[in-house]
Amino acid sequence: MYISFFDPDFWQEIWSSLKKNKIRTFLTAFGVFWGIFMLVIMAGAGKALNNGVSEGFKNFASNSAFIWANKTGEPYKGFKRGRIWNIRNSDIAYLRDNVPEIEYLAPRLQGWRESKGDNVVRGIRSGSFAINGDYPEYRKIDPFTMVYGRFINEIDIINRRKVCIIGERVYDVLFQPKENPIGKVIRVNGVYFTVVGVFIPDTKINFGSDKKETIFMPFTTLQQTFNYGDVVHFFSFTAKNGIPVSDIEPKVIKMLKERNSIAPNDSEGVGHVNVEAQFKQMSYLFIGIAVLTWIVGLGTLLAGVIGVSNIMLIIVKERTHEIGIQRALGATPRKIITQIITESVFLTTLSGYLGLLLGILVLQGAGKVIEMSKEAGNSDMILSDPSISLSTGIIALIILIVFGAIAGMLPASRAVRMKAIDALRDE
Amino acid sequence: MVDINELHKSYINGKNKLHVLKGVNLHIEAGEMVSIMGSSGSGKSTLLNILGILDNYDKGTYSLGGKLIQNMSETKAARYRNEMIGFVFQSFNLISFKTALENVALPLYYKGMGRKKRNLVAMSYLEKVGLEPWANHLPSEMSGGQKQRVAIARALIANPQLILADEPTGALDTHTSYEVMNLLREINEAGKTLIIVTHEHDISQMTDRIIRLRDGVIEREEFPVKAATV
Repeated sequence: MYISFFDPDFWQEIWSSLKKNKIRTFLTAFGVFWGIFMLVIMAGAGKALNNGVSEGFKNFASNSAFIWANKTGEPYKGFKRGRIWNIRNSDIAYLRDNVPEIEYLAPRLQGWRESKGDNVVRGIRSGSFAINGDYPEYRKIDPFTMVYGRFINEIDIINRRKVCIIGERVYDVLFQPKENPIGKVIRVNGVYFTVVGVFIPDTKINFGSDKKETIFMPFTTLQQTFNYGDVVHFFSFTAKNGIPVSDIEPKVIKMLKERNSIAPNDSEGVGHVNVEAQFKQMSYLFIGIAVLTWIVGLGTLLAGVIGVSNIMLIIVKERTHEIGIQRALGATPRKIITQIITESVFLTTLSGYLGLLLGILVLQGAGKVIEMSKEAGNSDMILSDPSISLSTGIIALIILIVFGAIAGMLPASRAVRMKAIDALRDE
Repeated sequence: MVDINELHKSYINGKNKLHVLKGVNLHIEAGEMVSIMGSSGSGKSTLLNILGILDNYDKGTYSLGGKLIQNMSETKAARYRNEMIGFVFQSFNLISFKTALENVALPLYYKGMGRKKRNLVAMSYLEKVGLEPWANHLPSEMSGGQKQRVAIARALIANPQLILADEPTGALDTHTSYEVMNLLREINEAGKTLIIVTHEHDISQMTDRIIRLRDGVIEREEFPVKAATV
């Protein structure tokens, strides 16, 4: 039999039966509303955390690793356990020549920072800042945005120029607002350097010091000027495209151990962090959050849908006599099942849609608040852009419709399982 | 029109088996107006339910308009009810949230007719029962007689050959009862077969044939002297 969804009589029936049980209908609808609302809020919050953390990592070379020297953990070749060793310039050169899989290799020196007083001076302004000696390659691993000037270049390295690039906070302390710092001279640990650039870090990943409060100078300059000999404090490297850094990291560590008389089984002597592995862990964490969100959200939604099924059973029971009349007049079982399931889907979808709508509005409001707090200078905000994707919204709606249909099935089958005459006799 | 042979029907209620119809033989010609009488428990309601394909039976045969009605799917039964049978009930059984017009149009809705067209047809049937001005009233705003006339219009709208009326005057006063019976008689004269279940003597006297049921079998048949319509 043909059933028209556009026939007003079809909707009149749905409306009148829902209207008869106003409070119950409302409370039931609220269950579904709340379920989908919670799902949206949780998904949005998870997304915000994900976005916030990803922003902190933004553009950081994920296929990279960091390596430094620790005290040895095993006695070896006549050396005692606990020996202090250093990575040397020669090690870096050796790695450059012998590990072709490395794309960028950036050794670093960390200059000292006087804790008792200001180590950086410009006229009457001064501050206490960290000092890093770096190679131009470092910017390929941990990118900066240059506000003024440039980063360290090859010629700086070769000529050991006394130039420096300063973090934004250093600029704020040493210079007047809007003052052009390029070419200006500052005193760092007693030595004069020319400022050639000011940067804003792109990522929130810091080693030893906050990059915004750090002065970068050419690696070779720092090594020579402050008498570090041929010592390297640590180095970072990236693997070439398509090669996981986890594959070459052990190879690099093995070479360092061989060259520096460290036991092959020494797990402490060479310190290392594999950013790729860290990223992987992080992404598992976010998958975990997403899975949890859906489990809890769907659970809440399911509770709401069971409520809908319940109220539909009541509605069907109260309307048994009416359904009996309809059947006597020639309504087929299919017609009655369609009517009841549509009613259930209508109730779930409408309340779910409202929940979805309110959830998105709340997320948008939260997004605005986060944005404003960021603009107000709160750069430690870990949340960012709490929104759900269109596909998540559509999936939620489809789930609602499917759940609504399932919720209507039991009451519908009960309505038609009864003999027509028994339904008609029910008063 | 109606052909019933050796019809048996029992209800099973737990361990108790209640044998209600014990071999009913009934033959009703097209265009007849028949009443079924009997005390309560005689099986007249059960017989009417089987006639209306609202209930099934255990043994025997029942043919309606030449079609054997047996072991039908509910979908098929619904279609047969829709096309071949019009129901008039004691308690009217109008749908409370639908107007008179919408109630009358309902069988056509189940048939799949568009709203505009079926409301037009429904209006013409309301006109026939004299309730055109009440088309947009809800059942709760109408008197018993009016409600029963709406129900009769609803029974007629799908143009069925058989009208089954279960105590159609049971809830009405004498005057209204006679009005309703006159209406049913007019319908009969227009060619419909009518079967009326009643326990009121004067009502049964207005039909062509009275079938008396007793303890699940037809006790006897009577042919009342055709009374002048009141």
